[in-house]
Amino acid sequence: MPFYDELYKFQDKLQHVLTRHEQGATHAAQGYARVSGKVGVCVATSGPGATNLVTGIADAMIDSTPMVCLTGQVPSHLLGSDAFQETDIIGISTPVTKWNYQITDVAEIPEVMAKAFYIARSGRPGPVLVDITKDAQFASFDFDYTPCAGVRSYKPIPEINTTTIEDAAAIIEKAEKPLIVWGQGVILGKAEAEFKAFVEQSNIPAAWTILGVSAIATDHPLNVGMVGMHGNYGPNMLTNECDVLIAIGMRFDDRVTGNLESYAKQAKIIHLEIDPAEINKNVDADVAVLGDVKQTLPLLTEKVTAKPYANWFAAFKKHDKIEFDKVIKNDLHPTKEGLTMGEVLKEINRASNNDAVIVSDVGQHQMIACRYARFSNSKSNVTSGGLGTMGFALPAALGAKMGAPEREVVAIIGDGGFQMTIQELGTIFQTQAAVKVVVLNNDFLGMVRQWQQLFFDKRYASTEMVNPDFVKIAEGYFLDAKRVTTRDDLGSAIDEMIASDKPYFLEVCVEKEANVFPMIPSGASVSEIRLS
Amino acid sequence: MDKKYTISIYTENSVGLLNRVSAIFQRRHINIESITSSASEIEKVSRFIIVVSLSEEAVKKVVGQIEKQIEVIKAFYHTDEETIFLESALYKVASKSLFEERHIQNIIKNSHANIVTVNTEFFVIEKTGFRHETEQLYNDLAPYGLLQFVRSGRISVTKSPMNIKALLNRLND
Repeated sequence: MPFYDELYKFQDKLQHVLTRHEQGATHAAQGYARVSGKVGVCVATSGPGATNLVTGIADAMIDSTPMVCLTGQVPSHLLGSDAFQETDIIGISTPVTKWNYQITDVAEIPEVMAKAFYIARSGRPGPVLVDITKDAQFASFDFDYTPCAGVRSYKPIPEINTTTIEDAAAIIEKAEKPLIVWGQGVILGKAEAEFKAFVEQSNIPAAWTILGVSAIATDHPLNVGMVGMHGNYGPNMLTNECDVLIAIGMRFDDRVTGNLESYAKQAKIIHLEIDPAEINKNVDADVAVLGDVKQTLPLLTEKVTAKPYANWFAAFKKHDKIEFDKVIKNDLHPTKEGLTMGEVLKEINRASNNDAVIVSDVGQHQMIACRYARFSNSKSNVTSGGLGTMGFALPAALGAKMGAPEREVVAIIGDGGFQMTIQELGTIFQTQAAVKVVVLNNDFLGMVRQWQQLFFDKRYASTEMVNPDFVKIAEGYFLDAKRVTTRDDLGSAIDEMIASDKPYFLEVCVEKEANVFPMIPSGASVSEIRLS
Repeated sequence: MDKKYTISIYTENSVGLLNRVSAIFQRRHINIESITSSASEIEKVSRFIIVVSLSEEAVKKVVGQIEKQIEVIKAFYHTDEETIFLESALYKVASKSLFEERHIQNIIKNSHANIVTVNTEFFVIEKTGFRHETEQLYNDLAPYGLLQFVRSGRISVTKSPMNIKALLNRLND
């Protein structure tokens, strides 16, 4: 209350967005951070308000999103007394925060706030939580603010060891079948230009993780697509054929590597990384280049020379052709009656000139969005990667629109995830943030259903959804809304949605039992990727 | 192959850090065999000594995660051969045993234990040493009835220098 009472006086300077649920606030802050590169901020009251933040904090932690969460707390003399709306949010949030702190003395506020933002945004970014007791909020003191210049026990960026650069360059020099796999580190490090220069100077095919994707344009000739469980056929198969794998700002997540026992065993691994704890965590590096990729990449670029790698590129082309014939053709140019998620993405690409911010939730539609969305600019793919938080996209899209108001922001959400944070339609209505919300409705928790079909003999245990009328719900929030059920109506509906300068809701009823391929089954090797 | 490792952590002295450090073990389902937190040779810098049985690969990863915590200055892991380590134990015995059982006096003498306090009700023996020594004394005294027994976590110093002061001087600059 005291905090909000002060905010009231700063309404012209500080925009406050009242989400309908605290989880929505965290994802909105994440969406804001991911498109703007700035720290997202969310505020919650003590007790249940604070605990409702936990999912979003955990999501921001695993996806390295800079975020500062402020929580209210009972007065310091009541700490530990089971007071009304008291919860040990410091204890609860410890494993999912980069740092957290409880302020009990008003005089600590400036220094702790400066430190909180410094820690959230520096090095490998992450969420920070500051819990402020009510007495500290009510007290007054002589305000004096000094930005945080550093924390002595915290080294955000490791020193560069130039020997590692030389060692990496020597390995690349000898490579005949090198492969780059890049991740979000390129974007978090604001190193898109340095990365592009390295890729072009070395002429090495480059594949992306879903959080790294938009660092260079989708149509860049050296961009060979997505790695991982539902990634492209070529980069997955050829991970187990490359002789050098250059990992840049990525952490070898299990959804990327499949079975580690048979992941790129034949390759020399070069790992460019800011976080020393990621080195040799999942995949042993032959050369670990520690540092900020914005600094290390140019040093490496200087030392590499382009080679044609003609046969190697031909191998990618060959695999692309196979994937196109077996998967992509049916996804993007279906001949059967039912709408595919892929064709919806294709229409969105067309209508937005391949330049929308795509905010996806978690599940089949997410994989389809990551596979088929086309990007021209960085910070354009916002999705819950590590935690896989259903319900992420609707509030994240709202935050993304506020972080990048000049850009087209399209949320792609499944019917399951949509209903986990559906209440944020209210926030979208109240703010009139011109978010375009597309629900791909297959009346199932589709990804789980797909696994049940493939691995559990079609026993669809609790995955079928009996859904409400989503259009009516959107209209209940006074949003422009439409439902599409046929191919003939799809293109024009998407045109209408993109043309709108207001928030817009579009439900697309898609094929109920369609599957996402390619797929690396759980526990299988990347080269055991299935096309059907 | 699991082996006993002593993890030494130098940290800023702040509320909640013990929780943050122990959560790293808990999350990985690693049992902490002992944990001790105390002042270190440097003012306002704490030192944790944590003993675990792990593979070297696992202990290396855990130490990496510990070092990542904002308020951790530096973390190390060492084998038993690389450290000087001890534990302390206290044994509380009824005083009547001391006077009635002559043998108990020999046990105390032979074990190089110290008598901390004696009164009419009970006496307290302190023994500092290796685990097998405090266990031996436990086994020797058990037949006479131990009223209370407690053993501290391991404390240890390393044979090689850890250069924390120099590191802090660099960080302070």
